[in-house]
Amino acid sequence: MEIKTDDYSVAYEPATQTVNFCGSLRLSGAEEYADITQLLNQVADQAPENINLDLQNLEFLNSSGINMFSKFVIKVRQQGNTGIKIQGSKKIPWQGKSLKTFNDSCLVCS
Amino acid sequence: MNDGLPLENERQMQEEIGQVQIFGDFNEEVPGSEEYLVIGFSPGSMPLKQRWRNNGLSADFLAEYLATFFPGNEEDTIKADKTIEVKSAVSYVANELLENAMKFNDETSQQPISIKLEMHNDRLIFFVKNSLKPKTIAKFQSYIQELLTGDRDELYIRQLEHNVQDENSGSGLGLLSIMNDYLATVGWKFEASSKNPEIMTVTTMVQLDL
Repeated sequence: MEIKTDDYSVAYEPATQTVNFCGSLRLSGAEEYADITQLLNQVADQAPENINLDLQNLEFLNSSGINMFSKFVIKVRQQGNTGIKIQGSKKIPWQGKSLKTFNDSCLVCS
Repeated sequence: MNDGLPLENERQMQEEIGQVQIFGDFNEEVPGSEEYLVIGFSPGSMPLKQRWRNNGLSADFLAEYLATFFPGNEEDTIKADKTIEVKSAVSYVANELLENAMKFNDETSQQPISIKLEMHNDRLIFFVKNSLKPKTIAKFQSYIQELLTGDRDELYIRQLEHNVQDENSGSGLGLLSIMNDYLATVGWKFEASSKNPEIMTVTTMVQLDL
């Protein structure tokens, strides 16, 4: 499973149960993010023990993208069988600011 | 008795006086900046879908341009980190503001969209101006009231829950994240366009401390 454009790529690595995100994600809304949401849902539907979201090479993410990730984290937590881990990078400042929001979003399900 | 005055004139007079509404921290006359950059867009020129990438490009350009005012050097890692952080913040905030302006702009109005970035010693100030579809103003203003007076952490969670149910509306997270994650101060000015009083415009002011 892979999505690749000039601006970003999203690829699933089954061996490590990792979805790798690269580049810059600034699509205009949920509709434009549907392909990525679908890829993530396909991964979740396989009910792996863990899903790693590797964002260490994701340089930009807009608020619609934050929304997409948050919704996915909520969904996976609600399913209950799959753990979710988000890997960020201290070198990319937005991640320090906005990733804590993903963790907060888990409060919804607890 | 002023029964000679047609209603139409009365309406026009009210419009000429021009109702200006301010929300939050808004002040166009912050002293102490000679350094600024303005980018203007003519929204009618191309469909929004084709122009979408321009938001990110413009935001990144503003960020790159600004970085020249923060002379870092490789030995000074604190300064270099600060530059990277400021660039990233400018890029995020400018992109979100432009995305909102493009989304909510009244395309029938012919009103240009502009973004201005002012460099001050202690902070950066963004002004983004766009027109609004008259029908959307009341909802937007009540959302602004919530942003200004409500518990924003709670609002964030509520917005996410709402977004899980509702796929179609915007995420409602742009301004919230600017205020919560980037600790920016935000204000709005609503006013009728000076060229055409029938068109309402909003100027969003965002202040980022350095």
